[in-house]
Amino acid sequence: MRDLLRIEELTAGYGEAIVLFDVNVTVKEGKALALLGRNGVGKTTLVNTIIGVTRQRKGVIQFNGRDMSRLDPEDRAHAGIGWVPQERNIFKSLTVLENLTAVAQPGPWNVERVFDMFPRLSERKSNLGNQLSGGEQQMLAIGRALMLNPKLLLLDEPTEGLAPIIVEELLRALQRLFREEGLSGIVIEQHAKKILGMTDDAIVLERGRVVLSGHSADLLADSAQLEHYLGLAAAG
Amino acid sequence: MSTLEDRVRASLLASRRWHGAEIAFWLLALAVFWLFPRNLLLLNEIAILALFALSLDLILGFAGIVSLGHAAFLGLGAYAAGLLAKHGIGDPLVGLAFAMIVSGLAGLLASPLIVKGNDLTRLMVTLGVALILHEIANSWGSLTGGADGLQGIAINPVLGLFSFDLFGKTAYLYSLSVLFVLFLVARRMMNSPFGLSLRAIRDNSLRAAASGVPPSQRLALIYTIAASYAGAAGALIAQTSQFVSLDVLDFHRSADVMLVLIIGGPGYLYGGMIGAIVFKFLQDTISAFTPQYWMFWIGLFLVLFVLRGRTLIHGGVKLIMSRLPARVRGKRS
Repeated sequence: MRDLLRIEELTAGYGEAIVLFDVNVTVKEGKALALLGRNGVGKTTLVNTIIGVTRQRKGVIQFNGRDMSRLDPEDRAHAGIGWVPQERNIFKSLTVLENLTAVAQPGPWNVERVFDMFPRLSERKSNLGNQLSGGEQQMLAIGRALMLNPKLLLLDEPTEGLAPIIVEELLRALQRLFREEGLSGIVIEQHAKKILGMTDDAIVLERGRVVLSGHSADLLADSAQLEHYLGLAAAG
Repeated sequence: MSTLEDRVRASLLASRRWHGAEIAFWLLALAVFWLFPRNLLLLNEIAILALFALSLDLILGFAGIVSLGHAAFLGLGAYAAGLLAKHGIGDPLVGLAFAMIVSGLAGLLASPLIVKGNDLTRLMVTLGVALILHEIANSWGSLTGGADGLQGIAINPVLGLFSFDLFGKTAYLYSLSVLFVLFLVARRMMNSPFGLSLRAIRDNSLRAAASGVPPSQRLALIYTIAASYAGAAGALIAQTSQFVSLDVLDFHRSADVMLVLIIGGPGYLYGGMIGAIVFKFLQDTISAFTPQYWMFWIGLFLVLFVLRGRTLIHGGVKLIMSRLPARVRGKRS
């Protein structure tokens, strides 16, 4: 299976501050990667650098055989990278339907399929973005990223701050995307156990460096490693 | 075809459908031609100001580009149409198209300065461009007439049939027609994915870019289109008054149109028109009973309006707009 995303020796940060040091990551086509680590280790910076909103100092980001290093975020999105940021960033003056259609690109994902995946959005299609609950905003953020018809989906803490019942619904949707639809993805999650079961591979970041890399199933089975790198919440 | 697909399609089409209030608005705009035959010159000014405000609404209301120098394009359009007519091409529609092209090109040239900056940069750049053009028009007297204005403009009858008269009959119907056609284009544009993408950029430019929407290109495009709309308004001034003075490039034009849009409310296309009606009506009424101090009363009105009254107009209009289609949908289902 070929590499969809290949990151080599990536160094990135904000202004003068370096956050990521010589990071190497590979995501194979049709595979999902769990990006794990404690708070402040550079997980969001890595995802933001892949989409191009954080400055890359050195290294290579190759996506689908193409060097992304000098491309603007819109060109990376067109190349097939969908991004669901931590803040969700719903377009608040657009309705749910308009949020989806404003960014639509041709492909198998369309409004009907997004509504089929998140029926709750269909019921609220005429509501403005700022009238949605946190869970609905997250569904909309994922739906909007899917409307780009991406080859790779970047999800930054998709379940953060959501009610358990909504978390379950979102995890089922992600499971469907990665397992049934065969979409590639990178998922950042504080609570490792939630996503290790639905991803193929995992890496752990610590202080801006990759300290552990392997199969998700192996890490899930290794309570000692989980405890060591991610703490009690992840291990328990 | 699935039920869900039907519902999605119907929902997308609903935003493009004409509301009853919109149809009534335009019918009323036409009816005033017969209802107020003695006020056609004022009505013509309202129609032109409404078009100018519509142009500002495209960039401010939909794309979030603030401008204090939008009169640059109004003035450019007025001089373009005026000069064309003065030099022998007096057909109003040709003059209108020429003015739109000239102003649009100027907008395209200025757009790189606009799309990259923040609000403060945009305010200064737009103001600066307008001041530069004002000074060029003032200094280049051999072309523009300088402080005396551009004279000797002769406009042919519209479509070769309708001559411009002293009472503003042809002028009002001509300006209203141009406003309506350009409004239709703007309405279509703003209800398209292009219009949605502009609002997405206004809400969150970075997020829009990461969703595949190129902010710089879209902002440059809408700025160019808005400049050509302002040029059309300028052409209407030149053609219906058959005179162009430096006043068309003056700062107060840019400030007035901003006030008009604030009064009517930006971001839904009708704000400029409603604002133009209120602004011109106030200006005409107040200046009639206190010619010396009308600006004082306008100023007082604006202060009170911004503090208290704005939500009344905007809220009322938006309520009507949102209620009507809901009732229509309710009856159908």
